[in-house]
Amino acid sequence: MEHAIEAFKREESLGARHSGAAAASDGKIHIERTQYPYVTGSSVLGIKYKDGILLAADMAASYGSTKRYKSFQRLKPVGKHAVIGASGEMSDFQQISTMLDELTLRDQMWDDSNTLGPHEIHSYLNRIMYQRRNKFDPLWNNIILGGVKNGKKYLGVVSMIGVHFEDDHVATGFGQHLARPELRKQWRADMTLEEGVRLLEKCLLVLYYRDRSSINKYQIAKVTEEGVTISSPFAIETNWDLEAFQNPTKNAEGSW
Amino acid sequence: MFRNQYDTDVTTWSPAGRLHQVEYAMEGVKQGSAAVGLKCKTHVVLASVNKASSELSSYQKKLFKIDENIGVAMAGIIADGRVLCKFMRSECIYHQFVFEAPLPVSRLVVQVADKAQVCTQRSWKRPYGVGLLVAGLDEAGPHLYYNCPSGNYYEYYAFAIGSRSQAAKTYLERRFETFKDCSRDELIRHALLAVKESLQDEELKSTNCGIAVVGADEDFHILDGETLQSFIDTLEDNKAEAKEAAPEDPASTSGGGEAGPSAGAAEEPPAEATPMDM
Repeated sequence: MEHAIEAFKREESLGARHSGAAAASDGKIHIERTQYPYVTGSSVLGIKYKDGILLAADMAASYGSTKRYKSFQRLKPVGKHAVIGASGEMSDFQQISTMLDELTLRDQMWDDSNTLGPHEIHSYLNRIMYQRRNKFDPLWNNIILGGVKNGKKYLGVVSMIGVHFEDDHVATGFGQHLARPELRKQWRADMTLEEGVRLLEKCLLVLYYRDRSSINKYQIAKVTEEGVTISSPFAIETNWDLEAFQNPTKNAEGSW
Repeated sequence: MFRNQYDTDVTTWSPAGRLHQVEYAMEGVKQGSAAVGLKCKTHVVLASVNKASSELSSYQKKLFKIDENIGVAMAGIIADGRVLCKFMRSECIYHQFVFEAPLPVSRLVVQVADKAQVCTQRSWKRPYGVGLLVAGLDEAGPHLYYNCPSGNYYEYYAFAIGSRSQAAKTYLERRFETFKDCSRDELIRHALLAVKESLQDEELKSTNCGIAVVGADEDFHILDGETLQSFIDTLEDNKAEAKEAAPEDPASTSGGGEAGPSAGAAEEPPAEATPMDM
C-alpha cells in the first residue's frame, strides 16, 4: 500500500493539474491532490424514525489532535427535503455544500412542480465522490444524507471512494464502531421523536466518552414531510463516576 | 406565404418584424403526415399516420421512445426528428446516470426548445424542420407538449400536427373536455378516431397508423400490430351498434349533439360523426 503511494508520488506523467502532480519552476514534482485531511470532523449519526429522519453530529472541527473549532456546523439542509452531515476534511465538506447549493438553486430555477428528492441528491453526491476518487483526488469525507419526500423516508451514506448504500440507521467515523451496535440493538421503525432523540443521545454519549476528537456540544437535525430543522447546540450530561472509568490503567500498568 | 427579399437568411428580420425562414420551417411541418396526441388524468396517447412513399416501400417511422416515461411523435422532416430524438435520449440517460431518476418531461422539452432556438439565431444554421409531439410524465402527472421549429413549446390537452391535421383537431376540439376522465382504452379509441379524420381515401388499418401509450403504471411503448388491429376492430363494432341503435340525426344538429357524447357514460362516443367539410 505504502509502496504504491510512493510510486505514485514519483509518477511524472501526471502532468495535468487534475491528475494531481505538476512540474514546478524548481524542477521538483509538486503534488496537487488531497493526500491527507487537515481540519477534520468526527462521527455523524443518522436514524429513521416514525415521522422521518434524525441526524446528529457534534460541533467540533479538529486540527490534528487540537480541538481547533468548537462551533462548526457539520449538519446542513439541502433543498426542502433533505439534510446532509459530513465527517472528514471540513474544507471538502464546504466545497460539497457549495455544489449542493448550486444544484438545488438550479432545481428551483426551473420553477416547475418537480424537485430533486433525497434519492436524487444522494445519487448526485455519489457521482461526485466516485469521479474524484477516479482522479486520485478525493473529497475526503464520509457523508450521510437523509430526507423525506412524498412520505418516503430515505437515509444513505457516501464515502470518499464512492461506496454508497441506504439503511435504517447509519454512522460515520467512530460512530460506525461505537454507535451502530447500540443502534442495531435498540432501533425500531416506529420510534417517536423523543425515543429517536434519546437513542441518538445515548450513542453520542458513548462517543463522547470514547472518541477523543469529540466534544460535548451537539446538534440534531430533523427531517419530516414538513421540512428540515436543525436544533441549536446542546450538551449531554456525563457521568465520570462509572465503574469502567475507575482505575483506567488497571490492566495496563505504566500507561496514563 | 409570399416570397420576398427578407427570407434568405434565418438571421434577417423582415420590416414587419418577422423571421420568414422560421415561418417557412413551420410550414414544413405541415407537409408531413399527421400526428395526434391526447391525454387523460393517467395516460398520454400518441397516434401517427403511417405513409409509405410507394407501394413497394415501407412507411417512415414517426413514433419514438425516448425513455421509460417519455416518447415522441413527429411530423415534418423525419431526419431532423431523428437527430432531436438522439439528443433527447442522451439527455434522459444522462439524468438517469447522475440522479438515478427519470428526467421530468417538462424539463426535457425546455432543453429541446432551447436547442431549436439556437438554429433560429445563427447565420450558418437552419431551423429544424420537424414538429414534435412529446408525451411524458413528471411529478405533476402526464403531459403532452408540442415542440415547434421556432424554439417554442406549448402544453396541450390534445393536439394534432401535419397534413390534414385540421380535421383531427376539430374532432379533438369538440371532445377534449371529456378526455381527462377517459380510461386508457377510451383514450386510444379517441386517438384512432382523430387520426382517421386525417386519412384521405383510406380505411383505417393497423398498417397505415400507429399508436403509442405512456402512463404512471405503464412504460412508454408502441402498440404492436395485433393489439392495434383489435382496437380498430372495436371501432368498427361501435360504428355498427351506433347505426342500429339511433336513427340518423339531421346533419345540422349532429354537430351540437356531439358536444357532450360521453358525459359520465363509460362507453366510447358514437363513432358516426357528421362528415366534415374538408
